[in-house]
Amino acid sequence: MARGLPDLTVYDTFPKLLLHHALVRGGQPAWREKDFGIWQTWSWGEVAEEVRAFALGLKVLGFQRGDRLAIVGDNRPHLYWAMLAAQSLGGVPVPMYQDAVANEMRYVLSHAEVRFAVVEDQEQVDKLLEIKGDCLTLEHVIYSDSRGLRNYTQPFLTSYAKVQELGRTEHADKPAFFEESASLGKGSDLSVILYTSGTTGQSKGVMLTYSNVIMSARGGIVFEGLTEREEVLAYLPMAWVGDHIYSFGESLVAGFCVACPESSNTVMHDLCELGPTFFFAPPRIFENLLTQVMIRMEDASRIKRAMFHYFMGVAKRSGAAILDGKPVGLVDRLLYALGRIFVYGPLLNVLGFSRIRLAHTAGEAIGPDIFRFYRSLGMNIKQIYGSTEASVFITIQPDGNIKDDTVGLPAPDVELKMAESGEVLFRSPGSFLAYFKNDEGTKATKTEDGWVHTGDAGFLDEDGQLKIIDRAKDVGKLNTGGMFAPKYIENKLKFFPFIKEAVAYGDKQDFVACFLNIDIEAVGNWAERRGLAYSGYTDLAGKDEVYQLLSDCVDKVNKDLANDPHLSDSQVKRFLVLHKELDADDGELTRTRKVRRAFIAEKYDQLVQALYSGQKHCSIEAQVTFEDGRKGMIKADLRIQDAVTYQPIKKAG
Amino acid sequence: MSGKRNIGDVILRCDNISLSFGGVRALTNISVDVREHEVMAIIGPNGAGKSSMLNVINGVYHPQEGTVTYRGQTRRAMKPHETARQGIARTFQNIALFKGMSVLDNIMTGRYTKMKRNFLWQALYWGPNLKEEIEHREVCERVIDFLQIENIRKTPVGRLPYGLQKRVELGRALAAEPDLLLLDEPMAGMNVEEKEDMCRFILDVNDEFGTTIVLIEHDMGVVMDISDRVAVLDYGKKIADGPPEEVRANQDVIDAYLGVAH
Repeated sequence: MARGLPDLTVYDTFPKLLLHHALVRGGQPAWREKDFGIWQTWSWGEVAEEVRAFALGLKVLGFQRGDRLAIVGDNRPHLYWAMLAAQSLGGVPVPMYQDAVANEMRYVLSHAEVRFAVVEDQEQVDKLLEIKGDCLTLEHVIYSDSRGLRNYTQPFLTSYAKVQELGRTEHADKPAFFEESASLGKGSDLSVILYTSGTTGQSKGVMLTYSNVIMSARGGIVFEGLTEREEVLAYLPMAWVGDHIYSFGESLVAGFCVACPESSNTVMHDLCELGPTFFFAPPRIFENLLTQVMIRMEDASRIKRAMFHYFMGVAKRSGAAILDGKPVGLVDRLLYALGRIFVYGPLLNVLGFSRIRLAHTAGEAIGPDIFRFYRSLGMNIKQIYGSTEASVFITIQPDGNIKDDTVGLPAPDVELKMAESGEVLFRSPGSFLAYFKNDEGTKATKTEDGWVHTGDAGFLDEDGQLKIIDRAKDVGKLNTGGMFAPKYIENKLKFFPFIKEAVAYGDKQDFVACFLNIDIEAVGNWAERRGLAYSGYTDLAGKDEVYQLLSDCVDKVNKDLANDPHLSDSQVKRFLVLHKELDADDGELTRTRKVRRAFIAEKYDQLVQALYSGQKHCSIEAQVTFEDGRKGMIKADLRIQDAVTYQPIKKAG
Repeated sequence: MSGKRNIGDVILRCDNISLSFGGVRALTNISVDVREHEVMAIIGPNGAGKSSMLNVINGVYHPQEGTVTYRGQTRRAMKPHETARQGIARTFQNIALFKGMSVLDNIMTGRYTKMKRNFLWQALYWGPNLKEEIEHREVCERVIDFLQIENIRKTPVGRLPYGLQKRVELGRALAAEPDLLLLDEPMAGMNVEEKEDMCRFILDVNDEFGTTIVLIEHDMGVVMDISDRVAVLDYGKKIADGPPEEVRANQDVIDAYLGVAH
């Protein structure tokens, strides 16, 4: 077994792993949470006790083997422990997106036939109360933060502490029960149901067994050489498979410590204080960090700015090569060492990456500039490719041979093959059991002999690394005959800091046209610098100057596309800037912030028509959902701009 | 406090208060009772004497006539820091925070009346004083957690938007662990969302800590929603006092707000 991992044939479920860690490293930190301004720590021994108390409390309330336990809230140790508690009773946790509106939660709760729900606070309790009447199976709601809930008298509401109290009394009565119950499970049992975010319509409940999650986590640990000494920050939605593997699975397999931020607003600050050794984030987080650095650098003094730009130049030249262990000249090496003292070190420290050994990114393509920026600073950031159905890992970029445009080599024990349509299929120990109560969906995704369709189109390059172009079903054709890969174009546009989201159209059309969303922070700052007055998002998005700014971005993308023989037809001919931010509450994005192209096309049909009809203006009225759930209408008259396109460059000869 | 809050006995009684500045009569013969654990609103048109009333309760103004009885102690003149020690805290119409200090430090100043050691000890920052400081810091952190301002704990107050500054000011008042909290237009100049947040916090304070609250507010929707009782002032006189529904229907109040031919 690699580097002292527990024997996973014996410890084949999470409850068993928990008890194992409590035994061999009972005093070492397992979970941290910042509370009242101080990092509180629980050791493995303490965590086992907390889990036991909660599990036995659940049992007293009537939790049975096979029952589902919904978990709703920000990342909190108590909620992760609730997962372990459910698992040690032979139950199945169903983590849910904490920012989902009541309606979306209703579907998951009734579909998963949840009997018990553990929620974070009043906000979530209120949502559950709203839909409780429709979720007939829901019997108990347990909350961990009692603030504001004093006057709630519903008999089915219980506090987390109260459940633990019941459990502690129960434990005094039956001291052997917990361990017996925890050791009953086996690797092939169902460990968790993760509902997909619904990029492709109604969300599906992906059933993962213990061995799926454990073997996939083990694969990641072995491939990257992670140890029990890592520290990670758990801040991504608990319902997302990424968080489940990185913050829960890997921690329990390797026995390292996971920290939860104080609140979702303080993540960056907590990151800086904690200094994790391993960090997993979707590209947008890295992008936001970089945007912040750039904005702050513009406000820095002239000397600092000059230093920053000079040494970033050095890093760009040689940083990535040094990280990959490739030969680099002596002068550059010395300059890079100086840069590390004056710029890179302090910068990484500000970002909270001083101790970082490794970072992973996945979920979307990361902008090459962003990716290179971090690598050139000496941070080993890698792209991985995965899915919920694979328990994350399908491919990981290998050390020493990292390419911007591929997602790397297959992870340990993962097999890949390409369908004739270009779709990528995989088979791995992590591949899911089935979709919950959806045999049709399962059949469509997983073949008899275990191959799983990813739905992504891609191919292997000469080194055997996987390159993903787009969702297989989204790749279309222009009327001119050229290939149309919308995500590819959108990603190129989104790599500009001013563009937050882009939605490209072109399938069965004469040319490509797109909607753009400005990044209010970056464009707002840009406008401020130019003394451009604006009253809000809609106003700023409609400014001529902003159109000009985005027009330049589109122009650069078109130049780039003209160079690509396959995609030169996909140059953006017309675009408009949307008057509102695309939002998951309006159904325009999934909860993991992926654009739902078809839905948007339907909702803004008027605008799409206008893009292809040669109109110069189009007025639109659209519904928005405010954060408190109320709805309102926004009216705007949008300008449509033509972009310059370029002749494809013919290869000489 | 546990369970539903019980509105208790009168803890603050103002008897026949009259206050004038030179020839201007700000308050004329006003009597108001505040009961334990209730949320009471004082409303009225501009210049009706609402803030003067708070200032009298708070000890900033000393009325020429009448008395204030707080928890059985009757007084006419008392200094603000003395009332603060008695457990009365307040916020101001115009934010009165230390702009250059961090949110945490501002909230710590709310602990001033509870600090036992003199400033020489405090300057030493060692031994028993360190222990005391940690205790105070803990109270402040609970307030920060309560108001959900963890992310701006270390930010200088001057850099915060108005709505948040108001929240910090409430935080400073809460740090004094008051029995009676006076809020002077806590929601002035806020947008709808900020107002809703603030209402939530006020109700939560009342609920969780059982704090009695007297507030001045112009937004009628807010007043009718959150208060147990409303007193209406007009030209320095009390024209109505009672539950919100009753006050809403009172003809004098309608006249005061809509105006009548005099």
